[in-house]
Amino acid sequence: MEFKNLVIIGGGPAGLAAAKSAYDSGERDILILERESELGGILNQCIHNGFGLHTFKEELTGPEYAQRYIDEINDRKIEYKLNTTVIDVSRDKIVTYVSSNDGLVEINAKAIIFACGCRERPRGAINIAGMRGAGVYSAGTAQKLVNIDGYMPGKEVVILGSGDIGLIMARRMTFEGAKVKAVIELMPFSAGLNRNIVQCLNDFDIPLHFSHTIVEVVGKDRVESVLVAKVDEKLNPIMETAFSIPCDTILLSVGLLPENELAKNASVELSNITGGAIVDDSMMTNVDGVFQCGNVLHVHDLVDFVSAESEVAGQCAVNYINGKARSAEKIEILTTNGVRYCVPEIILKDNEFKPLALKVRVANVFKKVKLQVLLDDNILISKNRAVVAPGEMENIALTSEQVQKLKTANKIEIKLVSEVL
Amino acid sequence: MIKEMICISCPMGCHLSCDITDMNDIKVTGNTCPRGVLYAKDELTQPKRIVTGSMRVVGGNKAMLSVKTSNAIDKHLIFDSLRLLNEIKVNAPIHIGDVMIENVLGTGVNFVATKEIL
Repeated sequence: MEFKNLVIIGGGPAGLAAAKSAYDSGERDILILERESELGGILNQCIHNGFGLHTFKEELTGPEYAQRYIDEINDRKIEYKLNTTVIDVSRDKIVTYVSSNDGLVEINAKAIIFACGCRERPRGAINIAGMRGAGVYSAGTAQKLVNIDGYMPGKEVVILGSGDIGLIMARRMTFEGAKVKAVIELMPFSAGLNRNIVQCLNDFDIPLHFSHTIVEVVGKDRVESVLVAKVDEKLNPIMETAFSIPCDTILLSVGLLPENELAKNASVELSNITGGAIVDDSMMTNVDGVFQCGNVLHVHDLVDFVSAESEVAGQCAVNYINGKARSAEKIEILTTNGVRYCVPEIILKDNEFKPLALKVRVANVFKKVKLQVLLDDNILISKNRAVVAPGEMENIALTSEQVQKLKTANKIEIKLVSEVL
Repeated sequence: MIKEMICISCPMGCHLSCDITDMNDIKVTGNTCPRGVLYAKDELTQPKRIVTGSMRVVGGNKAMLSVKTSNAIDKHLIFDSLRLLNEIKVNAPIHIGDVMIENVLGTGVNFVATKEIL
């Protein structure tokens, strides 16, 4: 058995930012465990630009953003292990990993940060009927094939789901010479960012069919076509509307799920809504000394917000390791009236009056609304929004003074109200 | 006349309203930052994009090098610029910011590396 003060699971943007911040908070006994052969996580395959506007005030590509943090880790000589897969985390904070270098190793950690990201929903999760020919990929797998390995998965492409990876891949496949025939979206709105619809679809006249879905995949050895139909309000396909699109490849961009199998083993309580842990404002889960940040906690749109959140987790993990007293008294944030969730879900009633970001997602597209934070039914913050959508996370930044009010309130509620009223 | 558009300068995606009654004096509202005004004016007169792509690597620890144009180039040049990337292979080692193709199609903009390759 080995001993470590802080073990960070995952060397992507969340893990790197958490490690940097833990080091800068005074901790030196840190170990990052990464299952891939390089640090940086999914950023390495996101070669498009648009990263870092908040963190670095400039627009970077994914690999550049990752390298900034990798350099910070190397400058601080923080220890990390690559090609290393964590296979178990126990409730008493024993992390078991395997690697070809070290074999099977158990580490007893004082604190653990889960920063292991999310994974894509696969074909099996959405039950598309039809044959099982080759040519069906998740959008992220296709992204890795094209950008990291240099292989094109197909020539004529239909993309199911309008999440950001699907949109980005529509443009990327077009850039590499494929014909993207259509993007099919079940919902009447996109789960992706508006800017990606503009610069990835509209720029190249790629049609986006809202309220449609794939009802059948045709092709025994290789995909030959898909049958697409409109859906009704209950999202059931209307078969009379079905039409065929010839294609050899289907990319699925149908959502991301926090990867929490390990956390479950450690008795971490998960949210039914986010799929991540339920955390307090120190990013700690229900298990003492176990923290979460980044996409394992809830799926973010912007890596900049992942970095910011993870820095909080790194700092609070160090406070925990140093034995800083924690308040037992806490209050749950209520999300009502169109607000689907807020992370953190719980606010500790302590005297830590530091700036805090509340990350909120709405349940549907709403126009002309106010997003409000209420304390004991009094308005603390009210933000006017022309449009809010589930695809665009709202980041409510609270000042120290506002956090002080938040922590002394007896009821915290976040809701949408119509501006028209 | 008002033209609606979504700013793509950053992931916020502001909804812009552009009064294009006088094309020499386009009035933009709905932007959160000054970049929105610049974007709208460019988009209505001379649309530009940053182009990102990849090049094959010879003798490095990775198969592909990711690259970007150091500045936005005219939108109609996107596919011609991408063709340049497929024409040549590059030799490792490569550092972020290294110029891989100079003066892309006479724009004065370079393709630069966005990844470290050893």
